Amino acid sequence: MSIEEIEQEIIEEFEIFDDWMGKYEFLIDMGKSLPMIEEKYKTDDKLIKGCQSRVWMHSELKDGKVIFTADSDAIITKGMVALMVRVLSNHTPDEIINAKLEFVDKIGLTQHLSPTRSNGLVSMIKQMKMDALAYKVK
Amino acid sequence: MLLFDKKKTSALKHFIILQFKFYLELFLTLHFQKMTTINSIDKTIIDIQKVRAQFPILSRRVNGKLLIYFDNGATAQKPIQVIDAIVYYYINQNANIHRGVHTLSQEITVAYEHARVTIQKHLNAEHAHEIIFTKGTTDSINLVAHSFGKKYITKGDEIIISEMEHHSNILPWQQLCEEKGAILKVIPINDSGELLMDEYEKLLSSKTKIVSVTHISNVLGTINPVKEIIALAHAKNIPVLIDGAQAVPHTKADVQELDADFYCFSAHKLFGPTGVGILYGKEKYLNEMPPYQVGGGTIKTVTFAKTEYADLPLKFEAGTPHIAGGMGLAAAINYVNEIGLDAIAAYEHELLVYATSALNKINGVKIIGEAANKASVISFVVEGLHPFDLGTILDQLGIAVRTGHHCTQPLMQRFGIQGTVRVSFAFYNTKEEIDEFIIGLERAIKMLS
Ligand SMILES: Cc1ncc(COP(=O)(O)O)c(C=O)c1O
Repeated sequence: MSIEEIEQEIIEEFEIFDDWMGKYEFLIDMGKSLPMIEEKYKTDDKLIKGCQSRVWMHSELKDGKVIFTADSDAIITKGMVALMVRVLSNHTPDEIINAKLEFVDKIGLTQHLSPTRSNGLVSMIKQMKMDALAYKVK
Repeated sequence: MLLFDKKKTSALKHFIILQFKFYLELFLTLHFQKMTTINSIDKTIIDIQKVRAQFPILSRRVNGKLLIYFDNGATAQKPIQVIDAIVYYYINQNANIHRGVHTLSQEITVAYEHARVTIQKHLNAEHAHEIIFTKGTTDSINLVAHSFGKKYITKGDEIIISEMEHHSNILPWQQLCEEKGAILKVIPINDSGELLMDEYEKLLSSKTKIVSVTHISNVLGTINPVKEIIALAHAKNIPVLIDGAQAVPHTKADVQELDADFYCFSAHKLFGPTGVGILYGKEKYLNEMPPYQVGGGTIKTVTFAKTEYADLPLKFEAGTPHIAGGMGLAAAINYVNEIGLDAIAAYEHELLVYATSALNKINGVKIIGEAANKASVISFVVEGLHPFDLGTILDQLGIAVRTGHHCTQPLMQRFGIQGTVRVSFAFYNTKEEIDEFIIGLERAIKMLS
């Protein structure tokens, strides 16, 4: 599936819930299914700055595609991380760099996310794109 | 018969006297009971509905729910009296102070100086010129660290703070120590969040130049024995700064009774405006200390060769101050005094006890800070859950709490935690709100587990 197709899938999944409670519960469940980062990568240099809760993100290049694994100590943040990993992981650096990620606004969660958390999300996206860029120029 | 009559009359008299005595006693007891109940109404009962109506923000909705504001430790809400004072200044009084010859300037100069006197009386300072307007607690502490440091601190000197300090009462001293080659000493605390006074006594030495501790911890709620802290330091001629940021909204701070050398607080935590705060300092120190910032308003005469600085308090008030803020702070102090700090303390203690016992009933909740003497501030963690997640869900329910390290990272390290959820109450909060919060918290825990 392309990045856009995955985004569309997520938008549809969230449309099922019409209140914030349902959306948060869904997000939390998603966090629990996150492919966990290996313990050895949960180091300070893998920490993403700009998140109030801690987010560790690790990437690897496999057959021309970037694989992301991540973790967070806060479960709602972990849900957001899981969404980003699901969308961006397993794509080529170019696809990741060019991804518009419009689903974030469309799932109706940004208005429920505090600025500090949204800023964390922005930092997260930035970090993932930076990693992709690094693989591209390598 | 006569005798009998006599007897009868005397019995009757006796009866009447007895009756009179009885009614007199009854009257007096009732009367005094009434008087004492009236007194106790004055002293301990707050008319919550009336008070809440004076805070316009308390009627707004957040995420569709009526706001429950439990983040008073970060900043308190403002009563209409304070908002009015600020508006009144801009509508009727706006002019610069200490400068103009014209009526407006003279009027506001008098009003601003009157605000200073209001603050002086509130803190029971000896002189009005010992009250310095600053930007807030952080600014006040920076002023002392800078100016006191310049005058009195040299290499090898020691400065004592405590393990429960806010970053605002750590960083200025840390920086001063780096600059001067002085040494920062830290009073440790016990697991309940109380200062270890024996350890404190051991730290005091001939090298100690100043002690700077908080009156009330913004995380633990601990009310520190500041009078004793000061007395112990004074026995060795060491001055003491008290960070009163969290204390002034809850308790009476009498700087003469405490014998504090410096006392700082922020208006915004005392139901006043942001951007204004107070440094109280004993005249003997303030006179000796060099100015912090210099510029307009701080001088007597300036030539390019030399400047003669103004007397207190202007020496420490460079530039045009936050005049509206000063007016707002005075209004806030008058407001708080109208309700009465005794009534506030008694009511908030009730809220503290009520919330503490409700929180302790929830599985997995651990309160951080269980000092015997506490203000209405409760920090807690929930086993296995991140404070940030809890705060996010509570916010969805219209309940404002604080999460994180609360600008006290060394304290978090002491307890081996990343952060806490903190609820801090003001006199406009209610037990009903606490009930709502407990329901919300249980819901959040269920969602997140
Ligand atoms: C104990 C304590 N000291 C200092 C401060 C700093 O106050 P301000 O930010 O108003 O300067 C705070 C505010 O959170 C505090 O709680």
